[in-house]
Amino acid sequence: MPSLALKNLFYDKVRLAVTLVGIIFSVVLSSVQLGLFVGFQRATSDILFYSNADLWITSENVTHAEDGVPFSEKKLYKVLGSPDVERVEKQIVQFANWKKPNGADTGILLVGGNLDGGMGVPFKIVRGNIEDLNKPDAVMVEELYADKLGVSEIGETVEIGGFRAEVVGFTRGVRSFTTSPPVFTTFKNAQNFFGLPEDQTLYLVVRAKEGAELQALKTDLKNRVSNVDVYTRMEWTNKQRNYWMFGTGAGITVLIAAALGLLVGVVVVAQTIYAATVDHIKEYGTLKAMGATNFYLYKVIITQAFLSGLIGYAIGMSIALVVSYISQQGTTAIILPWQLVLALFGLTMIMCIGASVVSINKVTRIDPAMVFKG
Amino acid sequence: MNKAIEVKDLVKTYGSGETAVHALKKVDLNVFEGELLLLLGASGSGKTTLISIIGGILSATSGSCKIRGTEIVGLPQSKLPKVRLDNIGFIFQGFNLFPALTAQENVEITLDLKGIKGRKAKRKSTELLERVGLGDKLKSHPSDLSGGQKQRVAIARALAGEPHIILADEPTAALDSESGKLIMDLLQELAHEQKRSIVVVTHDNRIFDYADRIVEIEDGRIQDAETEKHGDGESLHIPTEMIEQGANA
Ligand SMILES: Nc1ncnc2c1ncn2[C@@H]1O[C@H](COP(=O)(O)OP(=O)(O)OP(=O)(O)O)[C@@H](O)[C@H]1O
Ligand SMILES: [Mg+2]
Repeated sequence: MPSLALKNLFYDKVRLAVTLVGIIFSVVLSSVQLGLFVGFQRATSDILFYSNADLWITSENVTHAEDGVPFSEKKLYKVLGSPDVERVEKQIVQFANWKKPNGADTGILLVGGNLDGGMGVPFKIVRGNIEDLNKPDAVMVEELYADKLGVSEIGETVEIGGFRAEVVGFTRGVRSFTTSPPVFTTFKNAQNFFGLPEDQTLYLVVRAKEGAELQALKTDLKNRVSNVDVYTRMEWTNKQRNYWMFGTGAGITVLIAAALGLLVGVVVVAQTIYAATVDHIKEYGTLKAMGATNFYLYKVIITQAFLSGLIGYAIGMSIALVVSYISQQGTTAIILPWQLVLALFGLTMIMCIGASVVSINKVTRIDPAMVFKG
Repeated sequence: MNKAIEVKDLVKTYGSGETAVHALKKVDLNVFEGELLLLLGASGSGKTTLISIIGGILSATSGSCKIRGTEIVGLPQSKLPKVRLDNIGFIFQGFNLFPALTAQENVEITLDLKGIKGRKAKRKSTELLERVGLGDKLKSHPSDLSGGQKQRVAIARALAGEPHIILADEPTAALDSESGKLIMDLLQELAHEQKRSIVVVTHDNRIFDYADRIVEIEDGRIQDAETEKHGDGESLHIPTEMIEQGANA
């Protein structure tokens, strides 16, 4: 039987090609879309995910990181009052205006943290030293957006929020979901650039003591400090992701495209497997007359669907992985975590086998007496 | 002689009401072991319907059809594949080979259905194809074979199931007389030497000589005269000249 499934599959090369193109298209489209989704998701939140903080403290009801509301830095001392807190630092994440060396304006996402605290500071640095950020006016920018920011070398000067700023280094791979590239600096510099009053901060980032229970610490801090929300790093990261992906509808669009990709796959595969079944209907009838059970025929059809799926997935995923690799050299990253690669494999197989259901229905109804007809 | 096929009062009506077609109207027929029986009849007389019921691929409306003693009329659909697999080999006018498979693989399909796989299947299929004179065509695809060769592959395929009964619908109609004779020689040998029961539906008067017995069906009824050829094949066997004989033996 496997030989019949296999041989029939490879016998009609044109049909096989059509089936495979359908599956490949579907796998590439849906994995690229889902990879984009993951890429976007990470781009919205890398600065939080890689912030190194255990907890983030925000003003109440802040929906996303770019929308922080200033509050008094005095709250920092209340936080320090908790026995489970190792360290607290002020933090700024906020949109700001950047004037390129040539005078043109563009938006940036200013990220300012205290270097000593090691939280909310630049990561993935490829040029320059993090200590150089201690210089007043010093910033580090993301290489991927160097063109957009109009800078390419250390030492170039620009203006942020009307104040002079000097590029002291570059990161590589810290993406932005919005059109505003991330620019790192110290809290102090950011406070100047942003024009935040001396005694105010947008966020507090907290490092807990070794072994502290974060949920308990969260509750403790909520009780100590009024009018703030407290999140673990992952909670805050996920809140940020959900805001940008679902609050704005950006993610839905990508997911719909992914679903469409899968749907196209199902339709193409169902259609080609069905057409193949109809073409071979006399053979299936003959098999039945020879004494094959329906189950035997299902095995033939499902094996064909399975093989098509396997080959299509292998080719499609290879293409998607190459696309993903190339995309990661640019600002829009298509990221395919292994879980996604695996899930898509399962999905492709389910899709292909599901697509053969109509055909299975067809062979079930074959009247074996048809074998004697013309 | 043992009866391989025992048909009694067999009725087949297609459809119902005004449009009902009474394809078989109380047919009685016995086929013995080792016998090659020709079934003649005008177009639409019910030949295919009859062998389809005997072969377990069509259900009868009423009556009885015993295959080597087992009643198959009224048997549930799910039981029929096994009856076919164990007892029946079909030969078709259009060969019905699997075009994507080689001659040998075509034969192996039957073996696979019977649960015979691997080396054993290879050996057995080779043997069978050698027996039908195609030992040199094992790896050929049907598209590379002549009509007669295809029909011989089909016979080898049917034989792979070691059926007691072979049902052939117009097996020579698509063949030239030379190939047709070869096929009939083969079928006759299977009947006489291996004691299989062979029913051949035909219009082809070139093959009448091969019949041990000729039965004619007309408008859904077996004519109550049959011709039996005795031993040396001297007797006449054109249906219109049939010798009176107990039709239901
Ligand atoms: N599936 C069906 N539905 C309705 N009527 C049918 C069906 N199959 C056969 N018939 C009718 O039953 C009668 C017998 O048909 P059958 O095919 O058995 O004849 P036949 O002797 O094999 O004819 P031929 O020599 O043309 O093959 C015919 O009147 C035919 O039209
Ligand atoms: Mg017919």
